[in-house]
Amino acid sequence: MSEVLHPSILLFTGALVVAVLRGRLQQGALLLIAATLIWLVFSLPGGVFGATVFLGIELSPMRVDKLSLVFASVFAIITLVGAIYALHVKDTPQHVAALMYAGSALGVVFAGDLVTLYVFWELMVFTSVWLIWCRRNPASMAAGFRYLLVHALGGIVLLAGIILYYLDTGTVQFAQIEDTGLAFYLILVGFLLNAAVPPLGAWLADAYPESTVTGAIFLSALTTKTAVYTLIRGFPGTELLVWLGVVMALWGVVYAVLANDIRRLLAYHIISQVGYMVAGVGMGTIMALNGAASHAFTHILYKALLFMGAGAVIHMTGRAKLTELGGIYRYMPVTFLLYMIGAFSISAFPLFSGFVSKTMVVEAAALDQRAWVWLLLSLASAGTFLHTGLKLPWFTFFGPDRGLKPREAPVNMLVAMGIAAFFCVFIGIYPQWLYAMMPATVDYQAYTSGHILWELQLLLFTGVGFFVLLKHVGGEPKISVDTDWVYRKAMPAVAGALHRVGGGAWQTTLGALMRKLTALVATVSAHHGPQGILARTWPTGSMVLWVAILLAASLLIYYL
Amino acid sequence: MDLGRLLQAMVERGVLLRRIMYVVLAGLVIADIVVPSKYDRFPWESIGGFGAFYGFISCVLIIVVSKALGYLLLYRPEDYYDE
Repeated sequence: MSEVLHPSILLFTGALVVAVLRGRLQQGALLLIAATLIWLVFSLPGGVFGATVFLGIELSPMRVDKLSLVFASVFAIITLVGAIYALHVKDTPQHVAALMYAGSALGVVFAGDLVTLYVFWELMVFTSVWLIWCRRNPASMAAGFRYLLVHALGGIVLLAGIILYYLDTGTVQFAQIEDTGLAFYLILVGFLLNAAVPPLGAWLADAYPESTVTGAIFLSALTTKTAVYTLIRGFPGTELLVWLGVVMALWGVVYAVLANDIRRLLAYHIISQVGYMVAGVGMGTIMALNGAASHAFTHILYKALLFMGAGAVIHMTGRAKLTELGGIYRYMPVTFLLYMIGAFSISAFPLFSGFVSKTMVVEAAALDQRAWVWLLLSLASAGTFLHTGLKLPWFTFFGPDRGLKPREAPVNMLVAMGIAAFFCVFIGIYPQWLYAMMPATVDYQAYTSGHILWELQLLLFTGVGFFVLLKHVGGEPKISVDTDWVYRKAMPAVAGALHRVGGGAWQTTLGALMRKLTALVATVSAHHGPQGILARTWPTGSMVLWVAILLAASLLIYYL
Repeated sequence: MDLGRLLQAMVERGVLLRRIMYVVLAGLVIADIVVPSKYDRFPWESIGGFGAFYGFISCVLIIVVSKALGYLLLYRPEDYYDE
């Protein structure tokens, strides 16, 4: 890696610098590191760097090509946006964790082999969990530990897959994974867990809403999208992914209807949106893969914007539930308008970024004549606008006035949101900028009368449905169980039952042994106890007897 | 703060905004019927106004199905996971 600087090294070193600085100097360092990162990533030459052989395994720790650059570019942009959004935070561990987390994610997308990928994959887990723990309340501590355990399990599955894959193929180069049976599926499961594909995805909606307000920006951007990158690279055209993606897109929508916590609602819409990307990877055509990559790019920006808007509301009001918010648009109008730019983008309104990327995935389904996929993804689109564009802003900023009078969010938060909003609109108006970055030439026209009319009708009549059913769509002060129920309720219950049943059995066994022991002790004490036959004489008496016996024995042996 | 007042003024003219939306909605459906369809990969793509129908149905379906799932299966009290 002597030829070029690995962006991860820049961020890891930067994290050390940030760790020792405080106050203005720390803020300056954060901005400088993030800005340098953008410059570095956008000026990286293509190629493989630092290739080496370690224990007979060929490693290529840094591979720069178009696909890795798509993800690295948007990771770099979001690192700057996240750093600005968190600039007011005087909690050094958070800044350090955020930089190291971004560095680890970049390490994954630049990894040319599975060993390097695995190392950075695990680093991502251990750096990101601090962004949850730093909220410093019991709920975030518990959620952080669950997050850690689930990802540790995923990591083990991935590692097992990589080792088997090496034994099967003799290589760890990270390209399209050959279907060698078990290894193929283990690696796939490892990737799918991080992409939050149901039923393995409950960790996301469990942990992200418990993270710090500023940490959520990094979380929403990095883990699931590195997983999408690995799927595009390793598993294009895996038919199973088409249907997993569709299920995922709808899964997120259903839970978003039920969500009351605003960041949990947004977290479920990460799952829903990543569903489009996973489905795109599954279809595997050039159009679909370009669609998945470009949707990941736009998604990171608008999702960060939405999380920043929701975070600003939580930061200023101290409340996070739809049933406790309302009527604050007058006090936070800038936050509201910037949030809406994110909402229009995720909903794929024409002139906003989601329109030029999401429709590409849906178009790929049309070109493949996959009617059901097309219809269900369109249905999920309606659901996206329904929640992120209507329900959340309506019940947060309008709706019933709860007498809240928050001030507008701090300037640094608004600036960060402004940058993300700029990209959302810029890409929507000038999609060629995005398309030029894609791994393959993009042969897709988003702005046709057909697409625009379809999308506008779909979304605006979703709006009609929303206002017709307005009384029934508000948040309810309840939570909804996801598959994390298995390890939060069922498994503890089974363990508890085992403890009770097993404990009883153990006590019975012990009791039975105890009776035998007591009988033994009774026998011994009968012979050796105070009343025992061997205790009738003084110990000196029995000693004399034993000495006489020994002497007699030695005499006998001597004569023999 | 001017932005806040501007938004407030718009909210106060909600009835007018709603009427404008009705016109926009009607215009969209009419445009979709009038403008010849560009795509015919699926039979419904050439039906004018199908997007409007599908959008409305999707919205209702999502709310009804999700809420039903919530009440029958998924909803729990907020302290459900508290130990």
